[in-house]
Formats: sequence, C-alpha cells, structure tokens
Amino acid sequence: MLRLLLLSALLLCTSNSIAGGTGDLGIVIERADSSVQVIETTNNTSLGRIEGLGDLSHASAVYSRDGQYAYIFGRDGGLTKIDIVNKKIVKRIIQSGNSIGGAISQDGRLVAVSNYKPGGVKIFDSETLDLVADIPAEYDKGMLSKVIGLVDAPGQKFIFSLWDAGEIWVTDMSNPAKPQITKFKGIGLNPYDALITPDGRYYIAGLFGEDGMAMLDLWNLDAGVKRILDNYGKGEQKLPVYKMPHLEGWAIAGNLAFVPAVGRHEVLVIDTLSWTEAGRIKVHGQPVFVMARPDGRNIWVNFAVPNNDTLQVIDTQSLKIIKTLTPGKGVLHMEFEPRGEQVWASVRDEDRLAVFDTDTFEQVTSFPAKKPSGIFLTSRAHRTGL
Amino acid sequence: MKKALFTASLFTSLFMTAQITHAEVDAARQNELSYFVKHDCGSCHGMTLKGGLGPALTPELLSLKPKEFLVTTIMEGRKNTAMPPWKSMLSQGDAVWITEQLLNGSLQQTDLAKGQQANDTNPRVKK
Repeated sequence: MLRLLLLSALLLCTSNSIAGGTGDLGIVIERADSSVQVIETTNNTSLGRIEGLGDLSHASAVYSRDGQYAYIFGRDGGLTKIDIVNKKIVKRIIQSGNSIGGAISQDGRLVAVSNYKPGGVKIFDSETLDLVADIPAEYDKGMLSKVIGLVDAPGQKFIFSLWDAGEIWVTDMSNPAKPQITKFKGIGLNPYDALITPDGRYYIAGLFGEDGMAMLDLWNLDAGVKRILDNYGKGEQKLPVYKMPHLEGWAIAGNLAFVPAVGRHEVLVIDTLSWTEAGRIKVHGQPVFVMARPDGRNIWVNFAVPNNDTLQVIDTQSLKIIKTLTPGKGVLHMEFEPRGEQVWASVRDEDRLAVFDTDTFEQVTSFPAKKPSGIFLTSRAHRTGL
Repeated sequence: MKKALFTASLFTSLFMTAQITHAEVDAARQNELSYFVKHDCGSCHGMTLKGGLGPALTPELLSLKPKEFLVTTIMEGRKNTAMPPWKSMLSQGDAVWITEQLLNGSLQQTDLAKGQQANDTNPRVKK
C-alpha cells in the first residue's frame, strides 16, 4: 500500500498533471515557422507555441484519444508527437523523405503516415513512435506510388489511395505483426484525396485524372469499388486547377453530401441514398474545403488562388449561398468548434486567426499567428477519419 | 518531324519574348512572386521546393531541362498532370523571372526543413 502511494506520488511529480482537461484545446499549424500554436476555445485565446517541427507546408495532425498528444505530419517526412498540455515535443522522427498526411487507429495505439517519397504507408506505435509496419505502395515492378487519402476505419483498419496507380488499399491492422492488405485496382485516374463517412462505412476518393469519384462500401467489400458522379463534367472543357481540393471529414446534411468540384467554381451535391448528383451550387471560386457545420445546417467553403480571400456559406435546405465573407487573402482552412457555434479560420497572408459566430457571421475575435494553415481541435480525437 | 520543328520554333519565339520581358519585373513584383512561389507553388511542390504532389524544383533537377521548357510549363501547364497553366495570374516576364530564380536556387529555403531533434521521454505512464 505504502509502495503504491509512493509510486503514485512519484507519478504525479513526473507526469505533468493536466490543469483543466483537454476538451477545449487545439493547435494551429504555422506553416512557414516550423511551429504550432496551442489554442483554447472556451475563451478563444492562444496558450503558447511549440517550435522545431520541420517543414510544415501542407502539415496535418491527429490526436491521441486523451487529447493530450497531437501527432504532426510534416512535409519533410517528419512525424512529431507533441504534448499540447505541457507544450513540448515528446518525440520527433524523420520517417520518410516526403509525406502528406496521417491517421490514428480506432484503438489509438497506431499512427499511420502516408508518404510521397518513398511512396507508401508507415505505421508506428503511437506511444513510442517505433515502426510497426512498412507498406510500400508498389503497383508495378519497382514502381512506388505516392499515397494520398489515408484514413482510419472501424475494425482497426487504415485505408488509402495510390495517386500514380489508381488503387485503393484496405489494411487491416488487427494483428499489427501481420497487416492484411486488400487491394482494389483500376479505381480511376489520379485519386487526389479521400474521405470516410462519419459512420466509417463509405470510403470515397476524388479523382483528378477523370470525372467522378470512387466509392468503397466497407460493409460490403466484395462488391468492390463503385463509380459515383461519373457524369460530372463529361464532354466539358477541363479547367486549370490552382490548388488540389481537399476531402476532409464529410460535409453532410440529412441525405445530402457536399463536395468540391475539381477545377470548377461549383460545389457538388450528392444524394447519399442513391449516390447520384442532386445539384450543383455556383460559388465564388474553385472550392478547396467544403465543410459542414456540425449540425449540418450550413456548409462553409474556402477557395483556391486567386479567390482565397473569401469564405462562402451555403444553406443546406435551400442550397443557396446565404453569406459571403472576405476575411483577407490566404484563407487556408476552417475548423468548427465541437458544437458548431463558432468557426476558426486561418488567414495566411494577414498572419492571423479569425473566429466567426456561425449564426450572425460576425467576427468574434482575431489574433496573430504566423502564416497559419491547418487548424485542429481535440474534438477530432473521437471522430472516425479525422 | 513537323512537330519537332514546330516545338523548336515555339521555343525560339518564347526565348525571344523572354529576353524582352525580363527587365520588366520590378522589385515590388519580385517580392510578390517570391511569396507566390513559396506559398502557392509550394502547396504542391513543397515550401522548400523539394517536391510534393508535384516534382522537386531544385536547380539540380531543373537545369536538366531547357529554360524555355520551364517557362512554357509555368505559363501553359503540363497536359495530363496536375500542373495548371498560370498565365491568367502571371505574365511571361513573371514566368521568366521565376524560372531564373528557380534555376539559381535563390527561392529555396534550406534552414526550414531541419526541425528540432527532440527526444524527451513520455511523461505519461503506459496504461
């Protein structure tokens, strides 16, 4: 008993107790400064900065389920585990030459990273960052594909797509020593990003090289990949795409889903019962992120250059744009607070974060951040695919 | 053969245009273009220009291609790849200036990619 007491006392001293929980915390990537800023959403303030994270252009993050640790995926192949409560780096490794994103497993014990160079996925122990599995994306003899659209799925799975090969791979990590990989080939040209529905059932990859999207029903893998929206854009002249759209999370409201059109100044509406096109909404520019407020009533959209000074809000009942905001040049990302009453936006060229009320569209607050890009709140820790 | 001739003459004409327009990029525009390359080109080619979805834009790799080809790639894009034409946002002179900076490496940031080599122990006890 005494030993136990001593042990717990010792643990308390060494374990940096959490003052106020982590449920209202988040981080903002400062893409040009190798740093993240730690924020909290109860009073909308900055709590400090963690530096030394390498090349953070196109960086993203996932959270441990306790919300204390974030795993930062950097462009330079860096995987950094940071402690956002004590604002420090726990461990940092360079796991590849060039990476694009990552995911955390259903049970929180594995972190997977998708790599461009060498093309493939590496899976690490989330506690130690020790390598658990190395999955080169070899699609032809000696040919490795860039990997995009990596997400977690129920059943301890990771799913990802091969940009160069047009394939979707489902990796079952139930036995970490023996990853079981199921490959779906010929899914379409150049999948550029993918998402998984919040229930973890449908994995959908957007295609850059041709029209439509590739959908996999994870409850019925035997049915294979189905093409949806394949009529979209047929016979029309392709427009230049100034920034790859992102498919992050799932902008869904009732039976309707909203996705960015590639190259066009349009948001596509999909009927999720029939998986057919239910409409197109004209917007201000080429959409990059199309994100639903958590209640699904509104969709917020940002845009590629040269229209990236603007945000537009779509009403999901009327499918009309109900608000256009111009926070400033370089609006790169948005993140809703967990219950959706406010939304955070990165305004890169003005070196600031802006927080908006999602009902009145008034700016609630704004504060400095160095070339901010991705914003990631800890509420992501408990959502499949984020 | 016809195609090769056409390409050659296209290169020649671009090259001549390039010579003329080069001087028109003033200091303010150079700043804008540097920022543009770092952040907007950087979203595909990496902020350090070491590559991403698009290839690396290092002097070593780019110097293997004719300069005119690089200028044309910026302005017209590359068919069947993700590289779009940028001529709606850039002038020919802009593209020549960017190409020259890429070739001489002056837009590359080398200090950024290092990152801190930290390896503290995890304060949290294993479950």
